[in-house]
Amino acid sequence: MLPKRIIPCLDVKDGRVVKGVNFVNFKDAGDPAQIAAEYSRAGADELVFLDITATVEVRKTMLDMVKKVAKQVTIPFAVGGGIRTADDFKEILDSGADKVSINSAAIKRPELILEAANLFGRDCVVVAIDAKKREGGDGWNVCINGGSVVTDIDVVTWAQKCEKLGAGEILLTSLDCDGTKAGYDNQLNRAVTAAVKIPVIASGGAGKKEDFYDAIVHGGVDAVLAASLFHFKEVEIMELKKYLNEKNIPVRMEIAK
Amino acid sequence: MIGVIDYRAGNAPSVLNALERIGVPSLLVSSKDEIDEVHGIILPGVGSALGTMESLEEMGCLDVISKKVLQDGVPFLGICIGLQVLFEHSEEGDTKCLGWIPGVVKKFSQDMVRVPQIGWNEAEFTREHPILSGLGKREFFYFVNSYYVIPKDENMVLAKTEYGVEFCSMITHKNIFAAQFHTEKSGAVGLKLLKNFAMIAGDAVCLRKD
Repeated sequence: MLPKRIIPCLDVKDGRVVKGVNFVNFKDAGDPAQIAAEYSRAGADELVFLDITATVEVRKTMLDMVKKVAKQVTIPFAVGGGIRTADDFKEILDSGADKVSINSAAIKRPELILEAANLFGRDCVVVAIDAKKREGGDGWNVCINGGSVVTDIDVVTWAQKCEKLGAGEILLTSLDCDGTKAGYDNQLNRAVTAAVKIPVIASGGAGKKEDFYDAIVHGGVDAVLAASLFHFKEVEIMELKKYLNEKNIPVRMEIAK
Repeated sequence: MIGVIDYRAGNAPSVLNALERIGVPSLLVSSKDEIDEVHGIILPGVGSALGTMESLEEMGCLDVISKKVLQDGVPFLGICIGLQVLFEHSEEGDTKCLGWIPGVVKKFSQDMVRVPQIGWNEAEFTREHPILSGLGKREFFYFVNSYYVIPKDENMVLAKTEYGVEFCSMITHKNIFAAQFHTEKSGAVGLKLLKNFAMIAGDAVCLRKD
């Protein structure tokens, strides 16, 4: 079995990491490149940068950030937030990112997935899906615009459509669980992993080591993503990997440096 | 000087970043004259076999690359799609490839595994080789691929990896090296391999320590 990936997610605003990354010994606690290098040394398998400003004006700032990160780390990283066109993809990939994550733009114009996959290869196209449980609990709807708009699109159906259009991977966030630290939504994870054959990354809800195990075993996911839990060192990546390893989950125990 | 082939569908900047990090003199090359100057060639790759072949042809440098590698014996390293296009044919888009290495490129079975393979997987080396100097018998590298190569000549297989099937993850043949994994995205081990390639090309100078 392919080792499961552990992915820290960093929120970026105006080219700076925000929402409290609690690394000590940092001259500059908001420097994305420095934090990325630190995570690489801490055993992260991959990184996700989510640009939460992502307006046209700061696009250049973001591209500069991507270039700096690409020079600092030699593990793969994805960039998401505000990507609307194939040209946006090109700029980000040319700046040195390995993957681009799209969310609302794919819902508004699904052909973007196809265009990007044809131009740059499906492997670099990550479709992020924000899911919210329907009232009555019989499934999930896709949310857009940072979770503020609930569409009537079914998450599982949408995931399958993304796969068909050329997505290489799905980053699946449960908005119901996000921030609760009560564990991932493994019903949601299971529903999506059973419906598609591309890799699925679980996101939203991690609070302890056991939650990662559950998402992998009960949710069937290929990778697990968390933010504050890693940033505040409530869970150390290598400790988590050691724990998973002991429970017979394959993980990469070497550190990339 | 190592030349990293810069073509439309590649990820040349990532490879250049990695080489810069270990202090290997390198540059992006995209014209016949530039390619003619270098003593080591890296063909990076992301995307599809068809797209890669098309953009290599569009660039108009296949003649000079083939001459340098096949006749002059200049050390060559292919990465990911840069490995796959060396073979005779790829199932992906039913693409006729360069044919430097006898064999074909096949898709992973979706009945067995998730496709694409995305993540860190282990390469088990089949023998010792200068390009593997300082590496263990098995090492983790970052893979992103839906297709894998099947060389006709088993002697060319330098590493094997398991993903539903056991597949060839690195080849060597004379001055040609090529890996399915992204050595430029595989941390310290990947950099070591790149450095070894630069050594073989006679081009590693001041190696930085991290």
